[in-house]
Amino acid sequence: MPKTLAEKILQAHTDEVVKEAGQIVRCKVSLVLANDITAPLAIKSFNAMGADQLFDKDKVALVCDHFTPNKDIDSAEQVKLVREFAHEKNVTHYYEGGDCGVEHALLPELGLVGPSDIVIGADSHTCTYGGLGAFATGMGSTDIAGAMALGETWFKVPSTVKVEIEGTPGQHVGAKDYILRLIGELGVSGALYKALEFSGSVVDDLSIEGRMTIANMAIEAGGKVGLFPVDAKTLEYCVAAGRTGDVPLSADVGAVYERVVKMDVTGMKPQIACPHLPDNVKPVDEVKNMKIHQSVIGSCTNGRISDLREAAAILKGRKANKNVRLIILPATPTIWKQALKEGLLEIFMDAGAIVGPATCGPCLGGHMGILAGGERAIATTNRNFKGRMGSLQSEVFLSNPAVAAASAIAGEIIDPSAL
Amino acid sequence: MTIQGTAHRVGAHIDTDAIIPARFLVTTDSAELGANCMEGLEAGWIKRVKQNDIMVADENFGCGSSREHAPISLLGAGIPVVVAKSFARIFYRNGFNMGLILLEVGDDFEKLGDGDQLEVDADNGTIKNLTTGELITCSAVPPFMKEILNAGGLVDYVKNRLGN
Ligand code: SF4
Repeated sequence: MPKTLAEKILQAHTDEVVKEAGQIVRCKVSLVLANDITAPLAIKSFNAMGADQLFDKDKVALVCDHFTPNKDIDSAEQVKLVREFAHEKNVTHYYEGGDCGVEHALLPELGLVGPSDIVIGADSHTCTYGGLGAFATGMGSTDIAGAMALGETWFKVPSTVKVEIEGTPGQHVGAKDYILRLIGELGVSGALYKALEFSGSVVDDLSIEGRMTIANMAIEAGGKVGLFPVDAKTLEYCVAAGRTGDVPLSADVGAVYERVVKMDVTGMKPQIACPHLPDNVKPVDEVKNMKIHQSVIGSCTNGRISDLREAAAILKGRKANKNVRLIILPATPTIWKQALKEGLLEIFMDAGAIVGPATCGPCLGGHMGILAGGERAIATTNRNFKGRMGSLQSEVFLSNPAVAAASAIAGEIIDPSAL
Repeated sequence: MTIQGTAHRVGAHIDTDAIIPARFLVTTDSAELGANCMEGLEAGWIKRVKQNDIMVADENFGCGSSREHAPISLLGAGIPVVVAKSFARIFYRNGFNMGLILLEVGDDFEKLGDGDQLEVDADNGTIKNLTTGELITCSAVPPFMKEILNAGGLVDYVKNRLGN
Protein backbone atom coordinates (compact mmCIF):
# COMPACT_ATOMS: atom_id res chain seq x y z
CA MET A 1 0.00 0.00 0.00
CA PRO A 2 1.44 3.46 -0.87
CA LYS A 3 2.40 5.41 2.25
CA THR A 4 2.76 9.01 3.40
CA LEU A 5 6.02 10.15 5.03
CA ALA A 6 4.51 9.70 8.48
CA GLU A 7 3.31 6.17 7.70
CA LYS A 8 6.67 5.20 6.21
CA ILE A 9 8.64 6.33 9.23
CA LEU A 10 6.28 4.67 11.70
CA GLN A 11 6.46 1.48 9.64
CA ALA A 12 10.27 1.51 9.84
CA HIS A 13 10.06 1.41 13.65
CA THR A 14 7.41 -1.25 14.24
CA ASP A 15 6.81 -4.94 13.59
CA GLU A 16 3.11 -4.34 13.04
CA VAL A 17 1.78 -3.52 9.58
CA VAL A 18 0.88 0.16 9.30
CA LYS A 19 -2.38 0.15 7.40
CA GLU A 20 -4.35 3.29 7.97
CA ALA A 21 -4.83 6.52 9.88
CA GLY A 22 -6.31 5.98 13.33
CA GLN A 23 -4.55 2.67 13.86
CA ILE A 24 -2.44 2.37 17.00
CA VAL A 25 1.09 1.07 16.63
CA ARG A 26 3.90 0.44 19.04
CA CYS A 27 7.23 1.88 17.83
CA LYS A 28 10.86 1.89 18.90
CA VAL A 29 12.10 5.41 19.48
CA SER A 30 15.43 6.82 18.27
CA LEU A 31 15.80 9.53 20.91
CA VAL A 32 13.91 10.75 23.98
CA LEU A 33 14.24 14.40 25.03
CA ALA A 34 13.37 16.46 28.08
CA ASN A 35 14.39 19.92 29.30
CA ASP A 36 14.89 21.70 32.61
CA ILE A 37 11.14 22.30 33.03
CA THR A 38 9.85 18.89 31.97
CA ALA A 39 12.66 16.50 32.94
CA PRO A 40 11.99 16.78 36.69
CA LEU A 41 8.41 15.54 36.13
CA ALA A 42 9.54 12.77 33.81
CA ILE A 43 12.15 11.70 36.37
CA LYS A 44 9.43 11.53 39.02
CA SER A 45 7.33 9.25 36.78
CA PHE A 46 10.42 7.22 35.86
CA ASN A 47 11.04 6.55 39.54
CA ALA A 48 7.35 5.75 40.15
CA MET A 49 7.65 3.11 37.45
CA GLY A 50 10.34 1.48 39.50
CA ALA A 51 12.72 1.96 36.59
CA ASP A 52 16.38 1.79 37.38
CA GLN A 53 18.16 1.99 34.02
CA LEU A 54 17.53 4.02 30.90
CA PHE A 55 16.78 1.91 27.83
CA ASP A 56 19.94 3.39 26.28
CA LYS A 57 22.09 6.03 27.93
CA ASP A 58 23.09 7.38 24.49
CA LYS A 59 19.51 7.91 23.37
CA VAL A 60 18.19 10.14 26.10
CA ALA A 61 18.95 13.87 25.77
CA LEU A 62 18.50 16.20 28.73
CA VAL A 63 18.90 19.86 27.78
CA CYS A 64 18.59 22.50 30.48
CA ASP A 65 17.94 25.39 28.12
CA HIS A 66 14.86 27.26 29.31
CA PHE A 67 16.25 29.27 32.20
CA THR A 68 19.93 28.81 31.45
CA PRO A 69 22.07 30.13 33.07
CA ASN A 70 19.82 29.43 36.07
CA LYS A 71 17.79 32.55 36.73
CA ASP A 72 16.76 31.89 40.32
CA ILE A 73 16.86 29.36 43.15
CA ASP A 74 13.89 27.35 41.86
CA SER A 75 15.36 26.88 38.39
CA ALA A 76 18.72 26.01 39.92
CA GLU A 77 17.05 23.31 42.05
CA GLN A 78 15.31 21.89 38.98
CA VAL A 79 18.56 21.76 37.03
CA LYS A 80 20.35 20.21 40.00
CA LEU A 81 17.79 17.41 40.08
CA VAL A 82 18.22 16.78 36.35
CA ARG A 83 22.01 16.92 36.59
CA GLU A 84 22.10 14.40 39.45
CA PHE A 85 19.81 12.06 37.52
CA ALA A 86 21.98 12.44 34.40
CA HIS A 87 25.13 11.60 36.34
CA GLU A 88 23.56 8.68 38.15
CA LYS A 89 22.22 7.17 34.90
CA ASN A 90 25.33 8.04 32.88
CA VAL A 91 23.38 10.09 30.36
CA THR A 92 25.75 10.87 27.46
CA HIS A 93 23.81 13.86 26.16
CA TYR A 94 23.34 16.11 29.15
CA TYR A 95 23.71 19.86 28.51
CA GLU A 96 23.67 22.67 31.00
CA GLY A 97 26.68 24.96 30.71
CA GLY A 98 28.73 26.43 27.88
CA ASP A 99 27.80 23.45 25.69
CA CYS A 100 24.08 24.09 26.09
CA GLY A 101 21.80 25.73 23.56
CA VAL A 102 18.10 25.86 22.76
CA GLU A 103 17.25 22.16 22.50
CA HIS A 104 15.68 22.14 19.05
CA ALA A 105 18.61 24.03 17.54
CA LEU A 106 21.17 22.02 19.49
CA LEU A 107 20.14 18.42 18.76
CA PRO A 108 20.14 18.73 14.93
CA GLU A 109 23.50 20.50 15.07
CA LEU A 110 24.96 17.64 17.16
CA GLY A 111 23.63 15.08 14.68
CA LEU A 112 21.46 13.51 17.40
CA VAL A 113 18.31 13.66 15.25
CA GLY A 114 17.92 12.97 11.56
CA PRO A 115 16.06 11.30 8.70
CA SER A 116 13.55 8.54 9.51
CA ASP A 117 14.19 8.84 13.25
CA ILE A 118 11.34 8.76 15.73
CA VAL A 119 12.00 11.39 18.37
CA ILE A 120 9.73 12.13 21.30
CA GLY A 121 10.28 15.04 23.61
CA ALA A 122 8.64 16.54 26.65
CA ASP A 123 8.42 19.80 24.74
CA SER A 124 5.83 20.79 22.20
CA HIS A 125 8.34 22.09 19.65
CA THR A 126 10.01 18.70 19.33
CA CYS A 127 8.30 18.68 15.92
CA THR A 128 11.21 20.87 14.66
CA TYR A 129 13.14 17.76 13.56
CA GLY A 130 10.52 17.10 10.91
CA GLY A 131 12.63 19.53 8.88
CA LEU A 132 15.19 16.73 8.67
CA GLY A 133 12.58 14.09 7.90
CA ALA A 134 12.20 12.79 11.46
CA PHE A 135 8.85 11.82 12.95
CA ALA A 136 9.22 14.02 16.01
CA THR A 137 6.52 15.07 18.44
CA GLY A 138 5.89 16.38 21.93
CA MET A 139 4.38 14.30 24.74
CA GLY A 140 3.61 14.44 28.46
CA SER A 141 5.91 13.44 31.29
CA THR A 142 4.50 9.93 31.87
CA ASP A 143 4.90 9.07 28.18
CA ILE A 144 8.46 10.39 28.21
CA ALA A 145 9.28 8.43 31.36
CA GLY A 146 7.86 5.24 29.83
CA ALA A 147 9.98 5.71 26.71
CA MET A 148 13.07 6.50 28.79
CA ALA A 149 12.62 3.12 30.47
CA LEU A 150 11.45 0.97 27.54
CA GLY A 151 12.74 2.70 24.41
CA GLU A 152 9.34 2.47 22.81
CA THR A 153 6.00 4.20 22.80
CA TRP A 154 2.63 3.99 21.09
CA PHE A 155 1.29 6.20 18.33
CA LYS A 156 -2.03 6.66 16.69
CA VAL A 157 -1.18 6.79 12.98
CA PRO A 158 -2.05 10.36 11.95
CA SER A 159 -3.86 11.28 8.79
CA THR A 160 -1.81 13.63 6.65
CA VAL A 161 -2.50 17.06 5.19
CA LYS A 162 -0.23 17.71 2.24
CA VAL A 163 0.92 21.30 1.88
CA GLU A 164 2.23 22.38 -1.52
CA ILE A 165 4.04 25.72 -1.61
CA GLU A 166 4.70 27.25 -5.02
CA GLY A 167 5.54 30.66 -6.48
CA THR A 168 8.05 33.47 -6.16
CA PRO A 169 7.55 35.59 -3.04
CA GLY A 170 8.33 39.28 -2.56
CA GLN A 171 11.42 40.68 -0.85
CA HIS A 172 12.49 39.71 2.69
CA VAL A 173 10.15 36.74 2.73
CA GLY A 174 11.23 33.31 3.89
CA ALA A 175 10.37 30.15 5.80
CA LYS A 176 8.82 31.96 8.77
CA ASP A 177 6.45 33.84 6.50
CA TYR A 178 5.30 30.65 4.76
CA ILE A 179 4.48 28.91 8.02
CA LEU A 180 2.80 31.98 9.54
CA ARG A 181 0.59 32.32 6.49
CA LEU A 182 -0.24 28.61 6.59
CA ILE A 183 -1.18 28.78 10.29
CA GLY A 184 -3.32 31.81 9.45
CA GLU A 185 -5.13 29.76 6.84
CA LEU A 186 -5.46 26.52 8.83
CA GLY A 187 -6.14 28.08 12.24
CA VAL A 188 -4.60 26.98 15.53
CA SER A 189 -6.48 23.68 15.50
CA GLY A 190 -6.63 23.20 11.74
CA ALA A 191 -4.17 20.31 11.77
CA LEU A 192 -5.17 18.75 15.10
CA TYR A 193 -3.94 15.10 15.39
CA LYS A 194 -2.60 15.33 11.87
CA ALA A 195 0.73 15.17 10.12
CA LEU A 196 1.62 18.06 7.83
CA GLU A 197 3.71 17.02 4.85
CA PHE A 198 5.44 19.81 2.94
CA SER A 199 6.22 19.78 -0.75
CA GLY A 200 6.42 22.03 -3.81
CA SER A 201 9.15 24.00 -5.54
CA VAL A 202 9.50 26.54 -2.71
CA VAL A 203 10.10 23.71 -0.25
CA ASP A 204 12.65 22.06 -2.54
CA ASP A 205 14.59 25.32 -2.67
CA LEU A 206 14.47 25.96 1.08
CA SER A 207 17.57 25.50 3.22
CA ILE A 208 17.48 22.87 5.96
CA GLU A 209 17.38 25.65 8.55
CA GLY A 210 14.35 27.11 6.79
CA ARG A 211 12.66 23.71 6.79
CA MET A 212 13.24 23.41 10.52
CA THR A 213 11.68 26.85 11.05
CA ILE A 214 8.55 25.62 9.29
CA ALA A 215 8.44 22.23 11.03
CA ASN A 216 8.96 23.99 14.38
CA MET A 217 5.60 25.75 14.08
CA ALA A 218 3.55 22.74 12.88
CA ILE A 219 2.28 22.47 16.46
CA GLU A 220 0.94 26.03 16.23
CA ALA A 221 -1.64 24.68 13.78
CA GLY A 222 -2.27 21.75 16.14
CA GLY A 223 -0.14 19.36 14.08
CA LYS A 224 1.43 16.25 15.53
CA VAL A 225 4.39 16.42 13.15
CA GLY A 226 5.50 18.64 10.26
CA LEU A 227 7.42 16.51 7.80
CA PHE A 228 9.80 17.25 4.95
CA PRO A 229 11.13 14.73 2.47
CA VAL A 230 14.79 13.79 2.82
CA ASP A 231 16.79 14.99 -0.18
CA ALA A 232 20.43 15.64 -1.08
CA LYS A 233 20.38 18.85 0.99
CA THR A 234 19.20 16.99 4.08
CA LEU A 235 21.87 14.35 3.67
CA GLU A 236 24.55 16.99 3.25
CA TYR A 237 23.40 18.67 6.49
CA CYS A 238 23.43 15.34 8.33
CA VAL A 239 26.91 14.39 7.16
CA ALA A 240 28.19 17.81 8.27
CA ALA A 241 26.59 17.12 11.67
CA GLY A 242 28.57 13.90 11.90
CA ARG A 243 25.85 11.39 11.05
CA THR A 244 26.38 8.41 8.80
CA GLY A 245 24.09 5.99 7.00
CA ASP A 246 21.14 8.32 6.32
CA VAL A 247 19.25 7.75 3.07
CA PRO A 248 16.73 9.77 1.04
CA LEU A 249 13.05 9.47 1.91
CA SER A 250 9.94 10.57 0.09
CA ALA A 251 6.26 9.77 0.25
CA ASP A 252 5.02 6.99 -2.04
CA VAL A 253 3.24 7.90 -5.25
CA GLY A 254 -0.44 7.31 -4.60
CA ALA A 255 -0.22 7.83 -0.82
CA VAL A 256 -3.57 8.78 0.67
CA TYR A 257 -3.90 12.34 2.01
CA GLU A 258 -6.78 13.71 4.00
CA ARG A 259 -6.54 16.83 1.91
CA VAL A 260 -4.09 18.91 -0.10
CA VAL A 261 -3.57 22.59 0.72
CA LYS A 262 -2.02 24.62 -2.07
CA MET A 263 -0.34 27.87 -1.19
CA ASP A 264 0.83 30.26 -3.89
CA VAL A 265 3.31 32.72 -2.38
CA THR A 266 3.81 34.80 -5.50
CA GLY A 267 4.38 38.43 -4.54
CA MET A 268 3.75 37.66 -0.87
CA LYS A 269 4.84 40.25 1.73
CA PRO A 270 6.40 39.38 5.09
CA GLN A 271 3.75 38.02 7.48
CA ILE A 272 3.02 39.04 11.07
CA ALA A 273 1.12 37.04 13.70
CA CYS A 274 -0.70 39.60 15.83
CA PRO A 275 -1.73 39.11 19.49
CA HIS A 276 -2.78 36.79 21.03
CA LEU A 277 -2.74 33.71 18.78
CA PRO A 278 -0.30 32.53 16.12
CA ASP A 279 -3.16 32.24 13.60
CA ASN A 280 -4.00 35.95 13.78
CA VAL A 281 -1.81 36.57 10.75
CA LYS A 282 -1.62 39.65 8.51
CA PRO A 283 0.77 40.89 5.85
CA VAL A 284 3.18 43.43 7.37
CA ASP A 285 1.73 46.41 5.50
CA GLU A 286 -1.63 45.86 7.20
CA VAL A 287 0.00 46.24 10.62
CA LYS A 288 0.22 50.01 10.89
CA ASN A 289 1.37 52.39 13.63
CA MET A 290 2.49 49.64 15.97
CA LYS A 291 5.16 51.18 18.18
CA ILE A 292 7.36 48.56 19.81
CA HIS A 293 9.42 48.51 23.00
CA GLN A 294 11.39 45.34 22.38
CA SER A 295 12.61 43.23 19.50
CA VAL A 296 13.77 39.67 20.16
CA ILE A 297 15.76 37.70 17.61
CA GLY A 298 16.43 34.12 18.65
CA SER A 299 14.65 30.90 19.79
CA CYS A 300 14.23 27.44 18.30
CA THR A 301 12.25 29.00 15.46
CA ASN A 302 14.67 31.67 14.22
CA GLY A 303 17.88 31.68 16.26
CA ARG A 304 20.09 29.88 13.74
CA ILE A 305 23.01 31.31 11.79
CA SER A 306 20.98 32.01 8.64
CA ASP A 307 18.50 33.99 10.77
CA LEU A 308 21.31 36.03 12.33
CA ARG A 309 22.76 36.75 8.89
CA GLU A 310 19.36 37.94 7.74
CA ALA A 311 19.09 40.27 10.74
CA ALA A 312 22.69 41.51 10.30
CA ALA A 313 22.05 42.41 6.66
CA ILE A 314 19.35 44.81 7.88
CA LEU A 315 21.15 46.11 10.97
CA LYS A 316 24.53 46.75 9.33
CA GLY A 317 25.45 50.41 9.66
CA ARG A 318 22.13 51.26 11.34
CA LYS A 319 21.04 51.92 14.92
CA ALA A 320 18.16 50.51 16.89
CA ASN A 321 15.58 53.11 17.88
CA LYS A 322 16.22 54.69 21.30
CA ASN A 323 12.90 53.37 22.62
CA VAL A 324 13.53 49.75 21.65
CA ARG A 325 15.47 47.05 23.49
CA LEU A 326 16.93 44.89 20.75
CA ILE A 327 17.81 41.47 22.19
CA ILE A 328 19.65 38.92 20.10
CA LEU A 329 20.16 35.39 21.39
CA PRO A 330 22.06 33.01 19.09
CA ALA A 331 20.40 29.63 19.73
CA THR A 332 23.52 27.54 20.42
CA PRO A 333 27.18 28.13 21.36
CA THR A 334 28.26 26.97 17.88
CA ILE A 335 25.96 29.53 16.25
CA TRP A 336 27.30 32.15 18.68
CA LYS A 337 30.88 31.40 17.70
CA GLN A 338 30.05 31.42 14.01
CA ALA A 339 28.31 34.78 14.36
CA LEU A 340 31.38 36.09 16.16
CA LYS A 341 33.67 34.84 13.39
CA GLU A 342 31.55 36.40 10.67
CA GLY A 343 31.48 39.75 12.45
CA LEU A 344 27.71 39.59 12.99
CA LEU A 345 27.95 40.20 16.72
CA GLU A 346 29.88 43.40 16.10
CA ILE A 347 27.20 44.56 13.69
CA PHE A 348 24.58 43.80 16.34
CA MET A 349 26.43 45.63 19.10
CA ASP A 350 27.13 48.60 16.87
CA ALA A 351 23.40 48.73 16.22
CA GLY A 352 22.85 48.92 19.98
CA ALA A 353 21.69 45.34 20.49
CA ILE A 354 22.06 43.31 23.66
CA VAL A 355 23.69 40.04 22.64
CA GLY A 356 22.80 37.34 25.15
CA PRO A 357 23.64 33.69 25.81
CA ALA A 358 22.10 30.71 24.04
CA THR A 359 18.89 30.39 26.06
CA CYS A 360 15.12 30.24 25.58
CA GLY A 361 14.97 33.25 27.88
CA PRO A 362 12.26 35.73 26.88
CA CYS A 363 10.58 33.35 24.40
CA LEU A 364 8.57 31.83 27.23
CA GLY A 365 8.75 34.86 29.50
CA GLY A 366 11.51 33.13 31.44
CA HIS A 367 14.14 35.83 31.84
CA MET A 368 16.44 38.19 29.91
CA GLY A 369 13.83 40.43 28.35
CA ILE A 370 10.49 40.35 30.17
CA LEU A 371 7.78 42.78 29.12
CA ALA A 372 6.01 45.24 31.44
CA GLY A 373 2.28 45.92 31.22
CA GLY A 374 1.45 47.94 28.11
CA GLU A 375 4.71 47.00 26.40
CA ARG A 376 4.79 45.54 22.93
CA ALA A 377 7.40 43.28 21.37
CA ILE A 378 8.16 41.92 17.97
CA ALA A 379 9.85 38.53 18.17
CA THR A 380 11.11 35.80 15.89
CA THR A 381 9.74 33.22 18.36
CA ASN A 382 6.72 30.98 17.81
CA ARG A 383 4.04 31.86 20.35
CA ASN A 384 2.26 35.11 21.09
CA PHE A 385 -0.23 33.87 23.69
CA LYS A 386 -1.39 36.39 26.25
CA GLY A 387 1.44 37.04 28.71
CA ARG A 388 3.88 34.75 26.91
CA MET A 389 6.78 37.22 27.24
CA GLY A 390 5.82 38.82 30.53
CA SER A 391 2.89 40.89 31.79
CA LEU A 392 -0.63 39.80 30.87
CA GLN A 393 -1.06 43.34 29.59
CA SER A 394 1.86 43.06 27.17
CA GLU A 395 1.69 42.09 23.50
CA VAL A 396 3.86 39.94 21.24
CA PHE A 397 3.91 40.07 17.46
CA LEU A 398 5.68 37.28 15.58
CA SER A 399 7.77 37.83 12.46
CA ASN A 400 10.84 36.77 10.52
CA PRO A 401 14.31 38.04 11.56
CA ALA A 402 14.52 40.76 8.88
CA VAL A 403 11.22 42.31 10.00
CA ALA A 404 12.22 42.11 13.68
CA ALA A 405 15.52 43.86 12.86
CA ALA A 406 13.90 46.52 10.67
CA SER A 407 11.22 47.19 13.28
CA ALA A 408 13.89 47.66 15.95
CA ILE A 409 15.41 50.41 13.80
CA ALA A 410 12.12 52.07 12.94
CA GLY A 411 10.69 51.78 16.46
CA GLU A 412 7.53 50.34 14.99
CA ILE A 413 6.55 47.29 12.98
CA ILE A 414 7.72 47.81 9.44
CA ASP A 415 8.50 46.00 6.20
CA PRO A 416 12.31 45.94 5.78
CA SER A 417 11.81 47.15 2.20
CA ALA A 418 10.36 50.39 3.61
CA LEU A 419 13.42 51.25 5.70
CA MET B 1 -13.69 -6.09 28.54
CA THR B 2 -17.46 -5.62 28.58
CA ILE B 3 -18.98 -2.73 30.47
CA GLN B 4 -22.65 -2.12 31.03
CA GLY B 5 -23.95 1.18 32.32
CA THR B 6 -25.98 4.33 31.81
CA ALA B 7 -24.92 6.86 29.19
CA HIS B 8 -24.26 10.45 30.27
CA ARG B 9 -24.24 12.75 27.26
CA VAL B 10 -22.11 15.89 27.14
CA GLY B 11 -21.44 18.33 24.31
CA ALA B 12 -18.51 19.24 22.08
CA HIS B 13 -15.11 20.64 23.13
CA ILE B 14 -15.42 19.60 26.77
CA ASP B 15 -12.09 20.88 28.09
CA THR B 16 -9.95 19.69 30.96
CA ASP B 17 -11.14 22.61 33.10
CA ALA B 18 -14.72 21.38 32.69
CA ILE B 19 -13.65 17.85 33.59
CA ILE B 20 -11.70 18.92 36.64
CA PRO B 21 -11.36 22.64 37.45
CA ALA B 22 -7.90 23.87 38.42
CA ARG B 23 -9.01 24.64 41.99
CA PHE B 24 -9.26 20.89 42.67
CA LEU B 25 -5.76 20.09 41.43
CA VAL B 26 -4.29 20.22 44.90
CA THR B 27 -4.42 16.43 45.02
CA THR B 28 -3.64 13.49 42.78
CA ASP B 29 -5.95 11.16 44.71
CA SER B 30 -8.35 9.59 42.23
CA ALA B 31 -11.32 9.32 44.63
CA GLU B 32 -10.99 12.97 45.59
CA LEU B 33 -10.61 14.09 41.98
CA GLY B 34 -13.51 11.81 41.06
CA ALA B 35 -15.78 13.46 43.63
CA ASN B 36 -15.37 16.74 41.70
CA CYS B 37 -15.51 15.27 38.22
CA MET B 38 -17.24 17.52 35.65
CA GLU B 39 -17.68 20.17 38.33
CA GLY B 40 -16.51 22.72 35.76
CA LEU B 41 -19.48 21.85 33.55
CA GLU B 42 -22.24 21.78 36.15
CA ALA B 43 -22.14 21.88 39.94
CA GLY B 44 -22.97 18.46 41.35
CA TRP B 45 -22.86 16.77 37.92
CA ILE B 46 -21.26 13.73 39.47
CA LYS B 47 -24.33 12.91 41.60
CA ARG B 48 -26.07 11.27 38.63
CA VAL B 49 -23.23 8.80 38.03
CA LYS B 50 -23.11 5.20 39.27
CA GLN B 51 -20.09 2.91 39.13
CA ASN B 52 -19.39 1.72 35.54
CA ASP B 53 -21.48 4.40 33.87
CA ILE B 54 -20.41 5.60 30.46
CA MET B 55 -19.54 9.10 29.24
CA VAL B 56 -20.74 9.94 25.74
CA ALA B 57 -19.41 13.11 24.13
CA ASP B 58 -19.41 15.11 20.94
CA GLU B 59 -16.12 16.10 19.24
CA ASN B 60 -12.75 17.08 20.75
CA PHE B 61 -13.39 15.71 24.24
CA GLY B 62 -10.60 16.58 26.68
CA CYS B 63 -9.16 19.60 24.90
CA GLY B 64 -7.17 22.17 26.86
CA SER B 65 -4.32 21.41 29.20
CA SER B 66 -2.16 18.30 29.26
CA ARG B 67 -2.99 17.58 32.90
CA GLU B 68 -3.29 13.91 33.67
CA HIS B 69 -5.72 14.75 36.47
CA ALA B 70 -8.57 14.84 33.93
CA PRO B 71 -8.66 11.12 33.02
CA ILE B 72 -7.85 10.26 36.65
CA SER B 73 -10.91 12.17 37.82
CA LEU B 74 -13.19 10.31 35.37
CA LEU B 75 -11.79 6.99 36.59
CA GLY B 76 -12.16 8.14 40.17
CA ALA B 77 -15.79 9.00 39.46
CA GLY B 78 -16.38 5.38 38.43
CA ILE B 79 -16.48 6.06 34.67
CA PRO B 80 -14.28 3.43 32.99
CA VAL B 81 -15.00 4.37 29.39
CA VAL B 82 -15.64 7.47 27.29
CA VAL B 83 -17.29 7.17 23.88
CA ALA B 84 -16.87 10.30 21.76
CA LYS B 85 -17.10 11.64 18.26
CA SER B 86 -13.40 12.50 18.68
CA PHE B 87 -10.83 13.21 21.39
CA ALA B 88 -8.21 15.91 21.84
CA ARG B 89 -4.76 14.49 21.10
CA ILE B 90 -3.07 14.84 24.48
CA PHE B 91 -6.17 13.68 26.34
CA TYR B 92 -6.26 10.61 24.12
CA ARG B 93 -2.74 9.69 25.15
CA ASN B 94 -3.23 10.57 28.80
CA GLY B 95 -6.51 8.62 28.92
CA PHE B 96 -5.01 5.31 27.90
CA ASN B 97 -1.84 6.00 29.89
CA MET B 98 -3.97 6.45 33.02
CA GLY B 99 -6.09 3.36 32.28
CA LEU B 100 -9.24 4.97 30.85
CA ILE B 101 -10.86 3.28 27.82
CA LEU B 102 -11.56 5.68 24.95
CA LEU B 103 -13.63 4.76 21.91
CA GLU B 104 -13.90 7.06 18.92
CA VAL B 105 -17.14 6.55 17.00
CA GLY B 106 -17.50 9.61 14.75
CA ASP B 107 -21.07 10.73 14.07
CA ASP B 108 -22.47 7.51 15.55
CA PHE B 109 -22.28 9.11 19.00
CA GLU B 110 -25.64 10.66 18.08
CA LYS B 111 -27.18 7.21 18.44
CA LEU B 112 -26.36 7.17 22.13
CA GLY B 113 -28.85 9.25 24.11
CA ASP B 114 -28.56 10.61 27.63
CA GLY B 115 -29.79 7.96 30.05
CA ASP B 116 -29.69 5.07 27.54
CA GLN B 117 -28.42 1.73 28.80
CA LEU B 118 -25.26 0.78 26.92
CA GLU B 119 -23.16 -2.33 26.65
CA VAL B 120 -19.60 -1.60 25.53
CA ASP B 121 -17.36 -4.38 24.27
CA ALA B 122 -13.96 -2.72 24.04
CA ASP B 123 -12.22 -5.89 22.80
CA ASN B 124 -14.43 -6.24 19.76
CA GLY B 125 -15.25 -2.59 19.23
CA THR B 126 -19.02 -2.74 19.61
CA ILE B 127 -21.43 -0.59 21.54
CA LYS B 128 -24.94 -1.96 21.99
CA ASN B 129 -27.65 0.55 22.89
CA LEU B 130 -29.89 -1.68 25.02
CA THR B 131 -32.54 1.04 25.18
CA THR B 132 -32.96 1.45 21.41
CA GLY B 133 -31.55 -1.85 20.17
CA GLU B 134 -29.07 0.00 17.95
CA LEU B 135 -25.56 -1.48 17.47
CA ILE B 136 -22.50 0.68 16.76
CA THR B 137 -19.14 -0.66 15.70
CA CYS B 138 -15.79 1.11 16.02
CA SER B 139 -12.10 0.20 16.07
CA ALA B 140 -11.47 -2.28 18.87
CA VAL B 141 -8.93 -1.34 21.52
CA PRO B 142 -5.66 -2.67 20.03
CA PRO B 143 -3.89 -5.48 21.90
CA PHE B 144 -1.04 -3.25 23.02
CA MET B 145 -3.41 -0.67 24.49
CA LYS B 146 -5.25 -3.47 26.21
CA GLU B 147 -2.01 -4.45 27.93
CA ILE B 148 -1.69 -0.88 29.27
CA LEU B 149 -5.35 -0.82 30.34
CA ASN B 150 -5.10 -4.21 32.01
CA ALA B 151 -2.06 -3.10 33.96
CA GLY B 152 -4.04 -0.10 35.20
CA GLY B 153 -2.11 2.49 33.20
CA LEU B 154 1.33 3.22 31.79
CA VAL B 155 3.17 3.57 35.11
CA ASP B 156 2.13 0.10 36.24
CA TYR B 157 2.53 -1.32 32.74
CA VAL B 158 6.18 -0.23 32.67
CA LYS B 159 6.62 -1.44 36.23
CA ASN B 160 5.31 -4.89 35.25
CA ARG B 161 7.44 -5.03 32.11
CA LEU B 162 10.57 -4.11 34.03
CA GLY B 163 9.74 -6.65 36.73
CA ASN B 164 9.69 -9.49 34.20
S1 SF4 C 1 12.95 28.75 22.34
FE1 SF4 C 1 10.86 29.05 23.07
S2 SF4 C 1 9.58 27.64 21.94
FE2 SF4 C 1 11.72 27.01 21.65
S3 SF4 C 1 12.06 25.44 23.20
FE3 SF4 C 1 12.66 27.40 24.08
S4 SF4 C 1 10.84 28.18 25.15
FE4 SF4 C 1 10.18 26.54 23.76
